[in-house]
Amino acid sequence: MKFFGRGHGACPGCGLTTAVRNVLNALDGRCFVANSTGCLEIISSQYGKNAWGVPYIHSLFDNTAAVACGISEALKALKREEEGKVVVLAGDGATADIGLTLHGMFDRNHDVIYICLDNEAYQNTGHQQSGLTPFGESTTTTPAGKLILGKMGRKKDMVAIAIAHGSPYVATSSAVLPADIRRKVKKAAGIEGAKYIQIHCPCVTGWGIDGKDVVKVGNLAIETALYPIVEFENGKLISVRKIKDRKPVEEYLKPQRRFRHLFTDPRGKEVIAEIQRIADRNAEKYGLDLKKE
Amino acid sequence: MMKVVRGFYSVAHAVKLCKPNVICAYPITPQTEIVENLAEMYANGELENCRYITAESEFAAASILVGASATGARTFTATCSQGLILMSEVLFNAAGMRLPIVIANPNRAISAPLSIWNDLQDSMALRDAGIIQLYVENNQEAHDAIPQAYKIAEDQRVLLPFMVCMDGFKLTHAYEPIDLLDQSVVDNFLPPFKPKAYMTTKKPLAFGCYAPPHVYMEFRVAMQNAMDRAKDLMEKVFREWTEVSGRNWGGHLEVIYPDSKLFVVAMGSIVGLLRKVVEDLRREGINLGLVKLRTFRPFPVEELRSYLGDAEKIIVLDRSISLGYEGNLSIELKSALYGFSAEIISMILGLGGRDLSKEFLENLIRNAIAGKEASGFKGAKDFEEVIP
Amino acid sequence: MKMRLNLGAISEPLQSEKLKTGDWGTEWAFVDKEKCTACKICEQFCPDGCIEVKEFEKEKFAVVDYQYCKGCGVCASVCPKEAIRMEIKELFKLEVC
Repeated sequence: MKFFGRGHGACPGCGLTTAVRNVLNALDGRCFVANSTGCLEIISSQYGKNAWGVPYIHSLFDNTAAVACGISEALKALKREEEGKVVVLAGDGATADIGLTLHGMFDRNHDVIYICLDNEAYQNTGHQQSGLTPFGESTTTTPAGKLILGKMGRKKDMVAIAIAHGSPYVATSSAVLPADIRRKVKKAAGIEGAKYIQIHCPCVTGWGIDGKDVVKVGNLAIETALYPIVEFENGKLISVRKIKDRKPVEEYLKPQRRFRHLFTDPRGKEVIAEIQRIADRNAEKYGLDLKKE
Repeated sequence: MMKVVRGFYSVAHAVKLCKPNVICAYPITPQTEIVENLAEMYANGELENCRYITAESEFAAASILVGASATGARTFTATCSQGLILMSEVLFNAAGMRLPIVIANPNRAISAPLSIWNDLQDSMALRDAGIIQLYVENNQEAHDAIPQAYKIAEDQRVLLPFMVCMDGFKLTHAYEPIDLLDQSVVDNFLPPFKPKAYMTTKKPLAFGCYAPPHVYMEFRVAMQNAMDRAKDLMEKVFREWTEVSGRNWGGHLEVIYPDSKLFVVAMGSIVGLLRKVVEDLRREGINLGLVKLRTFRPFPVEELRSYLGDAEKIIVLDRSISLGYEGNLSIELKSALYGFSAEIISMILGLGGRDLSKEFLENLIRNAIAGKEASGFKGAKDFEEVIP
Repeated sequence: MKMRLNLGAISEPLQSEKLKTGDWGTEWAFVDKEKCTACKICEQFCPDGCIEVKEFEKEKFAVVDYQYCKGCGVCASVCPKEAIRMEIKELFKLEVC
């Protein structure tokens, strides 16, 4: 039995579906999926064209964590917990912006694996900025113009927020690290409580990259320290993905249309320098650089 | 067992007897004590196979119940006013997903200005959601309504959320002697919730799929069909309830003095007072009848037409308004009685807990019958509008 | 025949498989079975689940399901043996006059 069928409507090269297939495989399909409105929902759950091979529910954009809590509690009340784990699959906007039922889930520590599929903007509606859009990105609601060079706010630190809530397991991963996704989801499944895993998912249309470059660009986010791959258990950092030779952020930014303005506008240099500082801080905060012997 | 309890407890006790699996709510006056009572029962281990969850908002509470109901759990929440409005996105969704969530709504006014006091504006705002709405007159009726609500909502021919509306403060806070049902009565009346389709790994269905234009409309037709079927089923369940409990609350309507030519129409606790008003006015020689509307959605058009078809004058007591038009119940009644010749006088009164005395109502109705009282707000002071 | 409508827009599992997405892309992936070591990396990455390592009588190698392949090129980009190449479909090979 497949857990996520072919024939879904994702763009060619979509990072979301790679991540989702690996999440479901890690749980061997023994799970209940609660999905927020967004890319994943639209490509997979049209009436009569459902791609899911696991029990699935989509309610609204803003309530997915709460819906998952309801499933989890109903399984307990009905003594059906053995059937499987409850998994949220929500986008970055649904997680960091509109979906604030997340904090109730953490607060009451329901047994849910919350997975944020982070493609760094509202890609389904055509690339608008979300709380997880990084600094300097040009989106349709934070466009690069004569005065302002894209989003001038920072990317919300959902990892820190999840840890501050006392989540027993918090991790980041990337669609370009399928084995890492599977390991972390399996680990989360073995821990009771509200877990949070944020998966960086390259978006061909929103980021303006070719399908063939998805994996390269996804890896560059990790290799520049702009997307630290970390793992926390009970608030303690237990693993990080070390970087051998950290690359300058330009290498990551340049191939993507969403950052193109930083290379055409003379003031882009300052923005790039700030993005480099963000990467440097990430590397220092999590100890990402592999020390040379 | 007859016991003097508050309105809150009459609801909470009935909910307990219905053996819900997931209860989830957020505090709001004048609802809170309903779920406080349930929380106490939960803390004392009186609720078996049940999880009681303290949500972080009404929005979350309703959402949690969407997940729970889709997983096959019998669910309950209570809310009102701002809480109901905050829930509204989820409740529209729950109705479309055909989830039989039962909601107790102690009616309260809507902000601004903030008011914790009673009128019917909150539930009226959810009129179009696809939720069955039943309005009760007293706390015994509220108590009896809960098992009936589950039976109707969970019926495969219906599968829609059910809202039991009771006047906030006027009923919730009032002590009344209530015949608290025995567990065996409810067990015999209400079968366990066994939905045909629910979330399970044994048969992995997808809930809440989206519908493109070629099929969306059919789902709305199906909801309307369910409302139509609910209308018939409710009558049947009401009758069955009378047999089980010995109490007859009428059908969608209760009509007192149906042979009258003049009628007062109202919903909720105000009917209790109107019974006396009508008796006294009849003693004065006024040929007046009373219609207590119990079911607001589905709206009992045929019943209203059959009772009020020959009426000459109908006085509607509205405790909510569709701003820019008129009282909500009047709008519905005028539409239901289209083609008949009765004069319908719409009186909007009692908003935000404004007290309604017997003398006030008697005078209004007497004057309206004498042709000296037109439609409009009743009991509002004169004022001059200023911007400070 | 009357259309059947699942109340609440509930859908049966895996219905998407009847939608063949193989005509979406301009390219297709081709596996060089001599080079392929059946390491399954492409299988883990394919966003559409349409490349799979299959066992034949004597050999094991990745096979593309052209009914679904959208031609994104992710498999080709992750293959450590460069055993997958992307080829433009005949339809899109336009001659410039």
